[in-house]
Amino acid sequence: MGEHHGPATGMTRWLFTTNHKDIGTLYLWFSFAMFIIGGAFAMVIRAELFQPGMQMVSPAFFNQMTTLHGLVMVFGAIMPSFVGLANWLIPMMIGAPDMALPRMNNLSFWLLPFAFTVLLSSLFMEGGAPNFGWTFYAPLSTTYAPPSVTFFIFGVHIMGASSIMGSINIIATVMNMRAPGMTYMKMPLFVWTWLITAFLLVAVMPVLAGAVTMMLMDIHFGTSFFNAAGGGDPVLFQHVFWFFGHPEVYIIILPAFGVVSQIIPAFSRKPLFGYDSMVYATASIAFLSFIVWAHHMYTVGMPIAGELFFMYATMLIAVPTGVKVFNWITTMFKGSISFETPMLFCIAFVFLFTIGGFSGLMLAIAPADTQYHDSYFVVAHFHYVMVAGAVFSMSAAVYYWLPKWCGRMYDETMGKIHFWVAFIGFNITFFPQHFVGLAGMPRRIPDYSLQFADFNMISSVGAFIYGGAQILFLYNVIRTIVAGKKVDDPKVWDGAEGLEWTLPTPAPYHTFTTPPQVK
Amino acid sequence: MAGHNSGADTYYVPEQSKLALALATSVAVLILGASIGLNGRTFGESSSWVLMYVGLLAFVVTLAVWFSQTIKENRAGMNSEQLKHSYVLGMQWFIFSEVMFFACFFGVLFYVRNLAGPWLAGEGDKAVTNLLWDGFQYNWPMSTTPQEAVGGVASQVPANTGTFEGPKQEMKWSGIPLINTILLLTSSVTLHFAHVALKNGKRRPFNMWLAVTLILGFTFVAFQAYEYYEAYNHLGLTLDAGIYGSTFFILTGFHGFHVCMGAIMLSVQWLRSTVGGHFSETDQFGFEASSWYWHFVDVVWVGLFLFVYIL
Repeated sequence: MGEHHGPATGMTRWLFTTNHKDIGTLYLWFSFAMFIIGGAFAMVIRAELFQPGMQMVSPAFFNQMTTLHGLVMVFGAIMPSFVGLANWLIPMMIGAPDMALPRMNNLSFWLLPFAFTVLLSSLFMEGGAPNFGWTFYAPLSTTYAPPSVTFFIFGVHIMGASSIMGSINIIATVMNMRAPGMTYMKMPLFVWTWLITAFLLVAVMPVLAGAVTMMLMDIHFGTSFFNAAGGGDPVLFQHVFWFFGHPEVYIIILPAFGVVSQIIPAFSRKPLFGYDSMVYATASIAFLSFIVWAHHMYTVGMPIAGELFFMYATMLIAVPTGVKVFNWITTMFKGSISFETPMLFCIAFVFLFTIGGFSGLMLAIAPADTQYHDSYFVVAHFHYVMVAGAVFSMSAAVYYWLPKWCGRMYDETMGKIHFWVAFIGFNITFFPQHFVGLAGMPRRIPDYSLQFADFNMISSVGAFIYGGAQILFLYNVIRTIVAGKKVDDPKVWDGAEGLEWTLPTPAPYHTFTTPPQVK
Repeated sequence: MAGHNSGADTYYVPEQSKLALALATSVAVLILGASIGLNGRTFGESSSWVLMYVGLLAFVVTLAVWFSQTIKENRAGMNSEQLKHSYVLGMQWFIFSEVMFFACFFGVLFYVRNLAGPWLAGEGDKAVTNLLWDGFQYNWPMSTTPQEAVGGVASQVPANTGTFEGPKQEMKWSGIPLINTILLLTSSVTLHFAHVALKNGKRRPFNMWLAVTLILGFTFVAFQAYEYYEAYNHLGLTLDAGIYGSTFFILTGFHGFHVCMGAIMLSVQWLRSTVGGHFSETDQFGFEASSWYWHFVDVVWVGLFLFVYIL
């Protein structure tokens, strides 16, 4: 042992790889490409909404943009980016030589480019791309759907298969590959959050598969699951979808929690406050995520008992989430904090995610939601958690671990510029959307009343600033990889703790072929 | 790489492999072909299923190569105890995902029967739904769909498409389904006997009990095919027979598909044992995984028998 073969040369390295680091890199680049494509769709949306009236695109195309923006960002950008992070980091964090099932790992990745090629190709099909929103409610997605819905359905199927395999791999890795002495309660929090996320994925992705299968049956085989004429119920679709969809939003945010829980202690130079409570809070959030789905459907017509149950259950989630926010802040309390780019993103995460959490609490209140439902307030809310939550933590993660991955340090000034442009651009985009939403502007419309004009213009300007920030991000990453200042200290950050920082920098192609002993 | 070393004392990380990309490609061809075929059939464009069959063939072949390679690796002693445990975990969590897949359709059945159905008929909290379907009476199995209750497509809410005629007759539990229940439950027992025989190193009883299990399994599938034939030709129970037909076929259909999968998996294990002489008292994961799957499918059937047929 001790002999380390390097990677294969040429394209085959990337096509046929079984190495967790290579696959992690593939995932990360793929998700970034999707992030840019989904971002381009968002730019079309914001350009159209820059002024009232119809500006650039037809309403039909606008619907395709909102749909594809949501689908690409959720399934193509955010989820794969965290899977990429998991691939890179989990084996290094638990002292494993690789993921438990390396060939299946490669399969999980390669399904995604195909799935998204199929999905995006629908833009060029007769009848256009899916136009029914990323939540694809029946009957919009069945009776009234364009023919490309069939491609969409199968695309979702293989994305789901990819997620399930990826998750099974992560679960098997965490349960089976920990180094001697690495007990569950010694695992880094990122590993914990991913273990729980993977469990959620294995539990709900099959339900999504069931939902799209029933759509397929309704469209092509004459069944009536979502059609009242045959005794089915369109609302049933929403129940099935959100039984998947609500855990899905925690699938997106839990790994982000994990990232933040790694980075804040490093730059506060203090251990994470309340590790145990973090683990239990994550598990509680995961459990609660299964019994709150109908809070997305308050206005659809539910028995009052149902509304009350889902309202109280939803508000309960604020408790473990509050525990987390409290712990992050307490970790920083009296720490000797420094404000490198990853830390800036994490502090912004805590602050902005909390805003998103509070607007979520407002939306959780059934009688109030009757007013907010399907308004821009909802759009503002979930972008505060999806973008300032998931995407900010992803940016933090890239800056934090990139030196370990490639042995080069990013330019701190450029990193900080990226952060501030992103932070300001993000808030200019989404903060005004709270106001227009509360004032009654509905979501998913290409045109709006004149009284919303000013805030929409501000929002569109912000969106282009935030979009520009991503170009900076791309530049920073490439620049670091190509010409960043070399670092070889295993512990790139003086406050960083964990097994990955005991490895040489840059991390060799194969690590921990002999498991380390964890005390 | 190169497995780090070929011994079983460290975790075997396989060399680069073309299998994953090949499988992903064939899946992509498969779904493209299926989409083109289905759209052609439903929306009346030119319909071709060629691509789907090509994809399916490539999928099956790649999967077969993949499995045979993992089997070879295991028989070459490349798999440590730890790696074997990874496979165990993989199979267990895969079955859990399958449980959730069926849970979805059972949930649909419960929702329709306990909530949506009565609401459509004007009972309970959301009875206002009945305004659109005046005269609809809820009963299960739903022999008269809301569409029929209001007098057919012409006189219903214009938004909906499709014709849904309830079945003439429900599927009784006492005939074929009861026989099938007995067949499948018995097959779980015979499979357990096979497992015990294998653990005790008795090859012949193992092969025999496994063969019995397979015969029972395939008989089940044959009976179910006959049941579908009856449903379509004599009971008027079809996919477009409203929600009863929809839930009936999606639950029994996916179950039947899983029985076929399980039977194929067990057949492979039987061939491995009889022809290849694979498996020992301690090394039998391929068989065990297939048998877990079979028992899982069996448990799902018990749920089906209760909730789809009897209740």
